[in-house]
Amino acid sequence: MAKYLLLKHYRGAPAAVNDVPMDQWTPEEISAHIQYMRDFAARLEQTGEFVDGQALSPEGTFVRYDGEGRPPVTDGPFAETKDLIAGWMVIDVDSYERALELAGELSAAPGAGGKPIHEWLELRPFLAEPPTVTE
Amino acid sequence: MNESLLRELVPAVIAVLVRRGADFASADDAVQEALIKALETWPQEPPRDQKAWLVTAAWRRFLDAARAESSRRGRELVVHEEPPAGPAPAVDDTLQLYFLCAHPSLTPASAVALTLRAVGGLTTRQIAEAYLVPEATMAQRISRAKRTIADVRLDQPGDVATVLRVLYLVFNEGYSGDVDLAAEAIRLTRQLAAGIAHPEVAGLLALMLLHHARRAARTAPDGSLVPLAEQDRGQWDTKLIADGVDILQAALARDQLGEFQAQAAIAALHADAPTPEETDWVQIVEWYDELARLTDSPVVRLNRAVAVGEADGPRAGLAALATLDASLPRYTAVAAYLHERDGDLETAARLYAEAAHRAPNLAERDHLTRQAARLNALRHR
Repeated sequence: MAKYLLLKHYRGAPAAVNDVPMDQWTPEEISAHIQYMRDFAARLEQTGEFVDGQALSPEGTFVRYDGEGRPPVTDGPFAETKDLIAGWMVIDVDSYERALELAGELSAAPGAGGKPIHEWLELRPFLAEPPTVTE
Repeated sequence: MNESLLRELVPAVIAVLVRRGADFASADDAVQEALIKALETWPQEPPRDQKAWLVTAAWRRFLDAARAESSRRGRELVVHEEPPAGPAPAVDDTLQLYFLCAHPSLTPASAVALTLRAVGGLTTRQIAEAYLVPEATMAQRISRAKRTIADVRLDQPGDVATVLRVLYLVFNEGYSGDVDLAAEAIRLTRQLAAGIAHPEVAGLLALMLLHHARRAARTAPDGSLVPLAEQDRGQWDTKLIADGVDILQAALARDQLGEFQAQAAIAALHADAPTPEETDWVQIVEWYDELARLTDSPVVRLNRAVAVGEADGPRAGLAALATLDASLPRYTAVAAYLHERDGDLETAARLYAEAAHRAPNLAERDHLTRQAARLNALRHR
């Protein structure tokens, strides 16, 4: 088994095939999209492959240490930041091929006109625990 | 309360329910509920006969569930209150559970989960924690596995090789949570070896013991990996090593070599060397040749290249490496090591950094990054 992160981007991924901003969909299309995501997660729980799924607010702040006794410095949000994460799903699957298959299914979530968005999802393997037997 | 003693009772209790007429899936559910109840109540009220308590509690839960199900379906419930008369089972019931839980129709992850639950007696929560997934996900994985094997009869002979692969996975892969999966794998393999005289079962048990013997030396206090050559061999568990070597020798004497025996033989040769310099690398290369013949695995050939590098020098190791696919996991790390041994620190440092980038786990990545940093510091001095 191996865990993978499916990353959904607000910005930074190549343009989707059905690339219409969500605020220009019909309310029914938005509902259908949300239902698809819920059903997908529920189905993964049924197959014993679901670990976690979360969505992120697009607004964030950059924070850094500013030296002993001083409050952290904050900056941003930066409108020009190229990469913006929208959310993620974590899956625990038997193979890389299975991870690809599931990412493909998630990318088929319906969008404008009820057609699949074909959005690009980023698939990243988790770093695992080291095996016991190495030689 | 001794939790591991309690866990040892689980497969036998499942077997009792199955003999009384329960199907495996319902029996396993009922025993799981009884187990959770036992973990809650036994610390305050320890039973006089633990197994009898578990059988009674599980059987009651099974009957309740079966009655609810039969009234839902409007059918009458037919179960035996006592074991049916008939020929005694040819093979030990617990052994049959090993085969069932490692059935070839199951995915490796399902087989692992089911084995830990029905044979190992772990709760679903413990298994979920050991593999860092939500309990609901693990519960579904187990239910699905049970549906997959619903039509498999418990008295059919199974394939030992599939059971060994599952036990090896439990030993080799998992997280270091509350449940010690390596120790659990050893317990289950020992129990299997006691019930079945098979040289590869013994080979796997020996392999596990020999690697487990090095566990304390394998990680530094800060959690970082300590490679074999740098381990404090005084920390190796000599009793486990002696135990592993005895089991391995008895298995090899039967003259039916298999991959686990060959792997255990390599581990035994490492265990036998008081210092890294005294390692019998020539014999280790010979065992890798056997292993390559038995498995034809590219990972074995990669490890063989390391052994050749030690036996015949780094140039020979690099030559052996050159015949392999460079995209193999850990190829770059091996190449870095051999180049360092060959004195080419610049190439080695570059390859260590590249290997760190491609490392499949955090401990290895940190280790490889430190190797690159160490060589870069030497070069820039």
